[in-house]
This record gives sequence, structure tokens and C-alpha cells, in this order.
Amino acid sequence: MSAPTSHPPTEVSELSSSQQEYRLSELSTLEAESIHVFREVAAELERPVLLFSGGKDSIVMLRLAEKAFWPARIPFPVLHVDTGHNFGEVLEFRDRRVAELGVQLIVGSVPEAIAAGTVHELPDGTRNRIQTPVLLETLDKHAFTAAFGGARRDEDKARAKERVFSFRDEFGQWDPKNQRPELWSIYNGRIHLGESIRVFPLSNWTELDIWQYVQREGIDLPSIYFAHERVVFERGGMLFADHEFCRPREGEELFTARVRYRTVGDASLTAAVRSDADTVEKIIAEVAATRITERGATRGDDKFSEAAMEDRKREGYF
Amino acid sequence: MDIPTPSAPADDVAGRAWSPREGERRRRPRGMDMLRFATAGSVDDGKSTLIGRLLFDSKSIFADQLDAVEAASARMGDDYVNLALLTDGLRAEREQGITIDVAYRYFATPRRKFIIADTPGHIQYTRNMVTGASTADLAIVLVDARKGLVEQSRRHAFIATLLRVPHLVLAVNKMDLVDYSQEVFEAIHEEFVDFAAKLDLPDLTVVPISALHGDNIVTRSVNTPWYDGPSLLHHLENVHVSSDRNLIDARFPVQYVIRPQSANVHDYRGYAGTIASGVFKPGDEIIVLPSGFSSRIASIETMDGPVAEAFPPMAVTIRLTDELDISRGDMICRPNNAPMVTQDIEAMVCWMSDKPLAPGQKLALKHTTKSVRAMVKQLRYTLDINTLHRHEATPSLGLNEIGRIVLRTTSPLFADPYRRNRHTGGFVLIDETTNVTVAAGMILDN
Repeated sequence: MSAPTSHPPTEVSELSSSQQEYRLSELSTLEAESIHVFREVAAELERPVLLFSGGKDSIVMLRLAEKAFWPARIPFPVLHVDTGHNFGEVLEFRDRRVAELGVQLIVGSVPEAIAAGTVHELPDGTRNRIQTPVLLETLDKHAFTAAFGGARRDEDKARAKERVFSFRDEFGQWDPKNQRPELWSIYNGRIHLGESIRVFPLSNWTELDIWQYVQREGIDLPSIYFAHERVVFERGGMLFADHEFCRPREGEELFTARVRYRTVGDASLTAAVRSDADTVEKIIAEVAATRITERGATRGDDKFSEAAMEDRKREGYF
Repeated sequence: MDIPTPSAPADDVAGRAWSPREGERRRRPRGMDMLRFATAGSVDDGKSTLIGRLLFDSKSIFADQLDAVEAASARMGDDYVNLALLTDGLRAEREQGITIDVAYRYFATPRRKFIIADTPGHIQYTRNMVTGASTADLAIVLVDARKGLVEQSRRHAFIATLLRVPHLVLAVNKMDLVDYSQEVFEAIHEEFVDFAAKLDLPDLTVVPISALHGDNIVTRSVNTPWYDGPSLLHHLENVHVSSDRNLIDARFPVQYVIRPQSANVHDYRGYAGTIASGVFKPGDEIIVLPSGFSSRIASIETMDGPVAEAFPPMAVTIRLTDELDISRGDMICRPNNAPMVTQDIEAMVCWMSDKPLAPGQKLALKHTTKSVRAMVKQLRYTLDINTLHRHEATPSLGLNEIGRIVLRTTSPLFADPYRRNRHTGGFVLIDETTNVTVAAGMILDN
């Protein structure tokens, strides 16, 4: 089930409602800039791929890619790094969306990599850190030269300094001190063999922009983004679903709560928040009033150190 | 710990009493617009405090971010919560207490969404300031009221005008440390206006503030009753930016040709791109550069339906009434209003690489959607960006230096002077060996 959003896409003519002024609304401006980025990559880089997690940001990204090339199909495949710790609803959603768009889906599997011995399960069982080598290996195997990611600069202090075109060396690493200057809307996608570019078309979007765009466009999202009853337990001040990969430890009580997810990642790491917001409208009201960043609220993976995100990005994380 | 706020905000003399309230925060009407502004400055002049203040007062700081900053302030023994800590992104910056790179930050009020390009202010970061200013609608130059104008403030104002940022704000900060003295403020204001006479400054607003205490940031302060201008945020929310765009010269750089390989739309051929300037309508007569072929606009399309008028920065697909051979890098414009078509480029450049630029050098050049090779024919002069003195007969242009050069390109560019059109007047130079972006260029009138 995915919650229906009743709003039809807004007519573009809304943009020039004040005809004389030729003013583009904030969301339409962000949309236009993202479309520009998609087209630029498709024109200049040989083998792009879109990283799709099933999360709201990558779903919005897919919509923007669709708009950029319409009426043609999206001219690149979609890559999902599957940690094996997924929410069923999200995989279902992914497969449906990919079929609708007629794009190719490539899956990089963490469980397969573990079985093959190329990565090793961490003692705590979480797989966020070990998905990075799987991502890099999959990009390498298909010789992708550019990968679109749904990261936003408002998410984290390290991301606030990353370029829209983020250069990665042959190891997929980000060097924050050695970034290419990025001026106007001119992007430099030149690379040598083995190097690549991570591209972030949503760089200037905020969480609220994403939700308002979801509303404006009537975009479908996986049901776990909307308030529902779920059996959870509390750990470190966060609510985790009782999931086959994330069982309560001793002393952690199971209980039922009305929750929703603000981000969708590895099921063993992503926590839910208490919420009654079961429609996009209610979520927008909730996001507008909330006092905690979405990563701070729900991502165990960013809590390890103040520079957790920076460290993971240096290693090649998106 | 406390975050200092002005003791009693003045009633809003300008008839506006927006205060960030829970619930109202960041909720915005459909169709609100966006303002990008650049700040340049070092730790000392309070730039980070000002940004922290704007984020805090607009309630764009989240509880977990504030907790982290409070904890860090307590560790460092600060009296106040150090809002500057909110903006230190990378580990090296936190360790060394410096800002290395351009950081982008976001906040919104009920009127506008804001994107801040937050750049370091020292001369060795000129390239970062240039980068931040390239997309800005407005630039804030910060001055410490105790010190008055310093070399750095002049440099920041110059860079903002070089990059044609349409609005400049001189924020005279730390007014609390000069007893909110009108005389001090007026003296700085006058000195700046004198200096700015040498620049081509489009629009200037001068505001006395205390970023630390919040004076004249959101509301006008009781501490400066002699000041009758807007608060900083009021100005940011209301400054008129839509008229800054060039709506006269129709320029559409073809970015991508859309030719669906599917049966239902197999005859479709559309030219996708972003409107650089001007307004395009179906029925318009157009010419295509470089071929010079003319045609008419059949339709302007998006996935959401046809568009009656396309203007910057809309991303659209243009279809023509005739079958022409058009590809990426070509430009669609109006027959009676064409850009320069030239292989000889006069430009101001900011050099961004350790390896200096010298005449004879060959580089890759990217301008709108067109990539060509370019040779540096001549370095006319380098500019001392503190004094604006020209040094002729300099052999090379070094990192963070600004100079005027002559380029010859392998094929023509379709360009306008940067002062008239930021989108068709700006270019970057790329080192063909390392692939690194080494310069930002602003095209001059030929």
C-alpha cells in the first residue's frame, strides 16, 4: 500500500501567474536546476547510473530524471545496493517503479559479497559501512563513469561542502580539500580512465522542499513513510522495528507504537519516529515544526562520531 | 547556556513584525521565491556568528545541531553558545578553527527560501569567494565597527562587483562594541561610498548590526534608534531580484537533443536546455548559431505540458517547425538580437590553480553547453584586488590572482559581455592534463 496523494501535478502555467514578472517559484527553480544537471551528465559523461535506494530522495530524483528526458526514456540504468536488510515495502516499490519507467535495474548485493568473501559482516551486524565496497565494486564492474546520488547539502556538515559534480579518484574516494571549483551552472565532468563523478542533483533541496515537491507532483512513496502501527523497541533514544535483522537485546521491551520513517535505509540502522502523519499534508506540517534533523532523529550510522559522514564519504560512500 | 537576544526588539517601524514562531516556521506559501546570497569573511569579523544568528532566528537550526554546538561551546569554555560552530563542516576546519571551502546553507522564512554561499575571507581563498559570488543575487560584506573598512572589506566588495552580484549589503557588525554609535556607523558608511565610487556597484544597502546580540538582524533594534533602514532579514526577504535577470536577449544554449527511440514518438526531435536569458514563445522566429539557419518555434514542451512562455531559469524542450541539423553547443536566439560570435575573447579571469597561467598556454574552455580549446594569447595586466591597481608587463597570473587576458578559441563562442549576461558571459578554463578547473572567466566587451 502506498498512501495516495490526491494532488494532480501543478500546471506549469502556475509559474508565470504574475505574467509580467516572469517569476519562477522556488520549487520550480530547484526542479529546473536539477533537470539541467541530469541533461548535462547525460550529454557529457559516457556511462551514468542512478543510485536508487527506494528512499524519498531517490524517488524524487527518478521523477526529475524522467522529466529531463521526456518523452524519451531515462537514458541510463538504475542501481540499487541491496544490503539484504530491506523493508519489503521498499523493494516492492522499487520493482514497480522501475517497470513503469522501463529502465534497467542493476542490483549490487551485500549478502552475495559476504558469501563471496569480498566483504565481511561487522560484529554489530550493521551493513551501512560494508555497502561502500559493494557499491564501488558494482560501479567498477559496469564501468560506470558517473553515479547520481540523492544526497542533499542540508543533511550534514560535510555534505554542505560537496560539489554538485563530486570528483572521485580511481578508488572512489572524495578529497574534501581538493575539490573542483564550481561556478555558475557550468559543471566540469572531465575524468581520466578509472575515475568517476558522483552527481548530486538534489544538492540545494531541503527535506521540506522534497516533501512539498512530493505533494505538488503527487508522487507515490513507499508506505513506511506514512504513520502506521508497528512493533518496535527503543535503543539509544530511537525506535527500531522488530525486524529479522534487528532483534531487541536483553532489557529492550517490544511494544506497539504509531510511527513513520523519515529516512529509509538499512533496516538494522534506520529508526522510526512517533507520528500520526498519515498523509503528505500532515508530514509537511510535521517536518515544518520538527526540531531534530532527519539524520539526527533516525540514523544510527551518523551517531558514531562528529565526522562520521565525512569519513564515510572519503571512503567512497555516496 | 544562553543565546543572547536583543533585550527588547523595537516595534517594527517598517510595518513588519515577523518573528519566528513555532509552527509558522519554514511554512511557506506556494510560489514563494528564492534568494541566493554570498557572505565572505573571517572568524574575526563575525561572519559565522551572523550566519548562525540568521539560522537560529529563523529557527532553521535543529535541536540536535544546537545540542552539539552547546556541548562544544561548553568544552571550549565560551560564555555564550558559539553559533559560529554551526558552520564548521570538515574535521580540519574544526581542528584548526578555520573555514576552508565554500559551504552552502539553507534557511527559509515565510517569505523566501535562502541559500547562503558561505566562503572564507582571506586572500588565499579568493577563488572560493569568486565561486560563491558566481551564483549570488546578493553579497554581504561584513565590517567590524571597531576597525572600519579594512583591505579585506574592499576586496570582498570588489569581487562581488567583478562577478556582477546585483545587490550588495555592507553589514557594520559589532555595533555593541562601539556603543551603537551613529558617528562610527556614518563614518564607515561614507568611507565605503567613497571607495565604491571606483566600482560599478549596482545597489548598496548599509545596516548597523550586532550578530552576537541580534541587533537589526530580524527586527530593528532599540539600540540604534537613529537608524531608519530595514533590518538585515527584512532586506533579504524583500530585495527585488526577479528584475535582475536579463529578459531581453533571448539565448537558448542547446544542451541535449531528445530523440526517443520508441515507436509511439519516433519522429520526435526536441532541443532540451535551460533558458539562459530572454523570453521564448511558440511562433517566435529564431536563428540557430553557428549555422545561421532560421526557423520558427513550433512548441515549447515539458513533461507537465506545453509552455506558453519560457524564461530563465526554466528547463524546457524547444521544437522547431523545420528539420535542422542542430546539436549540443549550438545556440538558439532571435534573428535581430544575436550574441557575439567570436574566437577572440577578452576576459577578466580569476586564476585558481597553483601552477600559474602564462601566455602561450593551451586549455580547455567550457562556456554554456559548449566545450572548445583555447590558447592564452596575451596577459594584459594583473589586478591588485586590494588597491585596484593594474600591473602591466607581468609574466604570469598566480593562484587567486585576477587579471585580464586575451584568448583565441578553436571554434567560435556565442557570447555576451558578462556585465550584460552572467549566463552567456561566464566560462571556466580546465587544465587538459589534470582535468581540474583552473580559472573562472568573465567576458568583456570586444
